[in-house]
Amino acid sequence: MKNILKTTAALVTVLITFTSCNNSGKSNGKSGALASNVAEKVYVAPGEYDEYYAFISGGYSGNLTVYGLPSGRMFKEIPVFSQFPTSGYGYSEETKPMLNTSHGFIPWGDSHHPDISQTNGEIDGRWIFINENNTPRIAKIDLTTFETTEILEIPNSAGNHSSSFVTENTEYVVAGTRFSVPVPQRDMPIKEYKGNFKGALSFISVEPEHGQMDLSFQILMPGFNYDLSHPGRGKSHGWFFFTTYNTEEANTLLEVNASQNDKDFIAAVNWKKAEEYIKQGKFTTMPANYAHNVYDENTHTATSTMKKEVRVLNPAELPGLVYFLPTPKSPHGCDVDPSGEYIVGNGKLSANLTVHSFTKMLDAIENKKFDGEAYGIPILKFEDVLAGSVEQPGLGPLHTEFDDKGNAYTTFFISSEVVKWKLGTWEVLDRKPTYYSVGHLTIPGGNSRKPSGKYMFAMNKITKDRYLPTGPELEHSAQLYDISGDKMELLLDFPTHGEPHYAAAIHADKIKSKSKKIYALADNKHKYVAKTDADTKVVRNGNEVHIYMTTIRSHFSPDNIEGIRVGDKVYFHVTNMEQDFDVPHGFAILGQNNSELLIMPGQTKSSVWEPKQVGVWPFYCTDFCSALHQEMQGYVRVSPANSDTPLKWSLGEDID
Amino acid sequence: MIIGSLLLLGLFKYPLWNIMLGAPQYPDPLGMNIYIDGIKGVQEFDLQNIDGLNHYIGMKTIPKPEEMWEFSVFPKVILGMVILGVVLGILGFFKKVSYHYFLGWLILMTVLGIMGMYDFNNWLMDYGNNLDPNAIIKVTNPDGSPMSYKPPLIGHKKLLNFDVNSLPHVGGYLMFAGMFLTLVAYWVGRKESLKKTTQ
Repeated sequence: MKNILKTTAALVTVLITFTSCNNSGKSNGKSGALASNVAEKVYVAPGEYDEYYAFISGGYSGNLTVYGLPSGRMFKEIPVFSQFPTSGYGYSEETKPMLNTSHGFIPWGDSHHPDISQTNGEIDGRWIFINENNTPRIAKIDLTTFETTEILEIPNSAGNHSSSFVTENTEYVVAGTRFSVPVPQRDMPIKEYKGNFKGALSFISVEPEHGQMDLSFQILMPGFNYDLSHPGRGKSHGWFFFTTYNTEEANTLLEVNASQNDKDFIAAVNWKKAEEYIKQGKFTTMPANYAHNVYDENTHTATSTMKKEVRVLNPAELPGLVYFLPTPKSPHGCDVDPSGEYIVGNGKLSANLTVHSFTKMLDAIENKKFDGEAYGIPILKFEDVLAGSVEQPGLGPLHTEFDDKGNAYTTFFISSEVVKWKLGTWEVLDRKPTYYSVGHLTIPGGNSRKPSGKYMFAMNKITKDRYLPTGPELEHSAQLYDISGDKMELLLDFPTHGEPHYAAAIHADKIKSKSKKIYALADNKHKYVAKTDADTKVVRNGNEVHIYMTTIRSHFSPDNIEGIRVGDKVYFHVTNMEQDFDVPHGFAILGQNNSELLIMPGQTKSSVWEPKQVGVWPFYCTDFCSALHQEMQGYVRVSPANSDTPLKWSLGEDID
Repeated sequence: MIIGSLLLLGLFKYPLWNIMLGAPQYPDPLGMNIYIDGIKGVQEFDLQNIDGLNHYIGMKTIPKPEEMWEFSVFPKVILGMVILGVVLGILGFFKKVSYHYFLGWLILMTVLGIMGMYDFNNWLMDYGNNLDPNAIIKVTNPDGSPMSYKPPLIGHKKLLNFDVNSLPHVGGYLMFAGMFLTLVAYWVGRKESLKKTTQ
């Protein structure tokens, strides 16, 4: 008996030793235990918060999505350039003016490059700007309400792509044109492009306190394509850098004809100099026609104003305003490192990655080491401004961001990877695959003096097999990497909405405490507000009927309305009287030809309804607001066009 | 004695009592602070939101200062007691009155306090039980009687989805501290007079 016990004990001991050995072996390897470590790095427990906000452009959705990092969870889609039936943005009477342009009402946009406002070279989390590529516009989103509050159309521009990047004290949001066009627009043969088309670089000033945007001036550049841009910072503050392609000035089959020159340019624009020239009056005022749309938080209403002129600077006549830095092979991203010394040109058809030196550039300018000129703009010698090259880092470099340790991270579209390399020594330190064909990447604070070197995420153009299949059309995929160590570590794969072209991320502490919970009803100055049930009424003015309506858990006031006639234009002005966090009310009526309204506490929104049929039509609250949400409903009686049913309304009692 | 009664002045700045209402939908609880001259929300819109929720169960709205006589009388009573306490303290300091008056003040204050609490509890009873017969939601106890929504006078109580916590606030604690100090004053006074009689 004793022996049996001894043997069993010995056996157990051996087994324990063996299994524990096995375990430690595993955790050093690449399987189970390591995978669970990675999971812990992205796990945000229920009820806890992410460390960073990520604002990811929605591309052809026209919008901006808000994500949390490291979890990769999507919190919100902010409507910017596209109508959004979820909230009524672009459908409601208040927000229709936001989408007004010189081409009329445009219900859609192609949003591209979000950038967060900065103070002293650091992102401050007050506003985020984003450009619309197709019908050139710049939008501003207020990060206390996460709502689009301003949209400015850009005249003389087409394909607003090298936008919307901010200078280090948000002096300007800059917008450059991708497609050069006749300026001013006119009827002319396309083949006369070369020498006649122009590319406008627009500098939009931002009022420091309230952020009001104003198109301060435009620089009319040669007819190249201006692809991307970034501001100088630190020592290079006062300069702005733009990549160009199609310096061949081709107007057909660009994939061949715009890929012939061995080198295109990075345009270095001295905007402090531009300010001097403006002050000296060395600009011309050009007639123009562009919309400026502003949403007022107190009236909850947007207004659209057409602006009629723009100040223009001609770089050929203004020495010291612009210089060209030769950069190999159709560069895409134009990225400036945190110190402001290095300007990376991501030559997308080049074998090497070119990095220019700001100090060398200044020196070359001072000593007039020019290598000819293009349309009156001096070209600097490539060798004189080159800081170094990263040799053979990968195929198809697009975009570079930086960490806080002197490293750079570049995306390679063709070889589908992110490559980490060292500034100054130009050596490649690490490479990790992306899934698949990465476009842009983001490091929180990436476009600032102080990036945060903890996470980087890559936004890919091709998804294929990354998720459960959903038919031919797929959302795009993004990958999150831990970049705190020597080697990058893939942490998470998450789907993104629309086509993200770029993103901006910021530590949550800079935003979350400032995020508003409600709009104060007392501050509501909407033209048709009803602040109490006593203010509710129905007013007829010809065939226009205005209904001043309130909502509070769980009823509309009024909820019975008679005297509406076929052919009337009925405006429902719905005020949400709640002053409690996260208690919106919705409004929808049968046969509504636009969209529902989703009204936040303290807010008023209006929807037009043009009843076409006689009957008694219900309306209801679309947001499950309370326990009695299903009871939150009402009726509108629609009489024939010529009837004399009196205009009456009620709540809680019958219309007599 | 003087300090003790002056501490009552804290009631003019700080709430006497506080009631917090938390629920799954209210991770940040709604709350009301009860001052001697009225009831205020802990956050700007708390009272409005409490009233909004209470309309489902047919409760009356939280009274405005002018709707309850207590809110005009209480400040006068407290001010009277402060003046009385300070006068007694000064007179006591100059040995014009006996320390027994200190105890007298304390007993008077305690009686007034108990009366106040009794009155407060009566209001809570009325508020929690005197419900609109057309209330949207009517909840009955197992025996068929209507459920009471009376918040606790002190401590915790579960009312439907709400956890209600009722506790004294800064003003209340200052009042208790003040009353304790007057008790100390009485003890000190007693000790000194005992010393004198033994000498």
